[in-house]
Amino acid sequence: MTALGALIRRDIRIALRVGGGALIGVLFFLTVVVLMPFALGPDLALLARLGPAILWIGALLASLLTLDRLFTADAEDGSLDLILMSRTPLELACAAKALAHWIAAGVPLIVATPVLGLLLNLDGAATLAVALTLVAGTPALTFTGMIGAALAVTLQRGGLLLAVLVLPLSIPVLIFGVAASNAAVEGQLSFSTPFSILCALSLASLVIGPFAAAASLRHGLD
Amino acid sequence: MSLSELANPTRFLSLTTRILPWLAGLTAILLAIGLYQSVQAPDDYQQGATVKIMFIHVPNAWLSMFVWGVMSLASLGTLVWRHPLADVAAKAAAPIGAAFTFLALVTGSLWGRPMWGTYWEWDARLTSVLILFLMYLGLIALWRAVEDPSRAARAAAVLTLVGAINIPIIKFSVDWWNTLHQPASVMKMGGSSLDRAFLIPLLVMAVAFSLLFITLHLAAMRNEILRRRLRALQMLQASKPVALPQ
Repeated sequence: MTALGALIRRDIRIALRVGGGALIGVLFFLTVVVLMPFALGPDLALLARLGPAILWIGALLASLLTLDRLFTADAEDGSLDLILMSRTPLELACAAKALAHWIAAGVPLIVATPVLGLLLNLDGAATLAVALTLVAGTPALTFTGMIGAALAVTLQRGGLLLAVLVLPLSIPVLIFGVAASNAAVEGQLSFSTPFSILCALSLASLVIGPFAAAASLRHGLD
Repeated sequence: MSLSELANPTRFLSLTTRILPWLAGLTAILLAIGLYQSVQAPDDYQQGATVKIMFIHVPNAWLSMFVWGVMSLASLGTLVWRHPLADVAAKAAAPIGAAFTFLALVTGSLWGRPMWGTYWEWDARLTSVLILFLMYLGLIALWRAVEDPSRAARAAAVLTLVGAINIPIIKFSVDWWNTLHQPASVMKMGGSSLDRAFLIPLLVMAVAFSLLFITLHLAAMRNEILRRRLRALQMLQASKPVALPQ
């Protein structure tokens, strides 16, 4: 247990420092959300209607950007080899790294949501709904993205290929996240149905992600 | 000849050299019969002659999902049993599956215009097949991104198995969601609801397309084996010391 705790603490510490990538993710989230009104026009009613979708796409792209560094940074300086050789199961080590990534990069996105909701003219209920769905959905994004990150370690220039591999797997999370947010705003369809499916997706990815990532790392680096 | 005996690439090449012409001939004959039956089939009372796009569209759609299943089995062969030709099978099948998916989307789109009034609709069936197409393209990109084919094989095997979740989603999407695409009418509990005049040509075309896939797949596997041999020879050639001129 202490080995995993040390791994989580180390990852969070590295991510929060300069060049770590956690706060860059929030900055990218802000940039994407700010770009949208330039493209869509300043019509506040339209922005409020599209607000949950814009916030979700921004969070998806921001977490994709920070996922690139999840394993490649460790592969570059050799710590990934140490993790592979250690006695803790690789699946648990991958889960620990993903948890650290979510704490360092996913939670700041959720914290930034109320501020950005203000920019998009979302009212309090809508912002709360989007924040709740992000709390339920960003673990799914991190843990399924981890599969792509592990596959991308075997490549020299992972980058764009990582995005192409991870995005189809993230589409269900996006669909249900936006559906739940819109349901909370409009009030005609139920909020709990898509929200529970979103939670189910997150829980499923908590199990499948580490196993698939560990299999990729084991096979890709020998 | 069991799978373990076929693991020898040379034996595989000699076997396919013998059977591939026969497979190709059988495919051509069945395609000809199927196309003739499709042309002879009656017009639908509602759709007229455009219903005959179904005889091309549906086999393409069935095969796009079937090929991902074949690739998943091959990926299991790579990861679990370490079968030497499993990764060759998986790599060869990916572009063929992508082509079937693309044709299914295009023929479906052409059929949708007269039938639904639109070339595209974001309903569950069309969206999940489009995602399948993107996943095929991502898989092909992953194969090409790693220099060494056997390392690429293991990464691609994991991605194929993770993406296999999309296949039941596509199959049941018309039942789970309110879609514009029609619900299942051939493969469902209680037997098919398609009239025999349409069901027979459809099944003949489906068998013909499956044989087409097997023929193309075996030919592509042969090409991949030869390509790897060529690569090994080139690397051997490149590692020889160069004789400097005196």
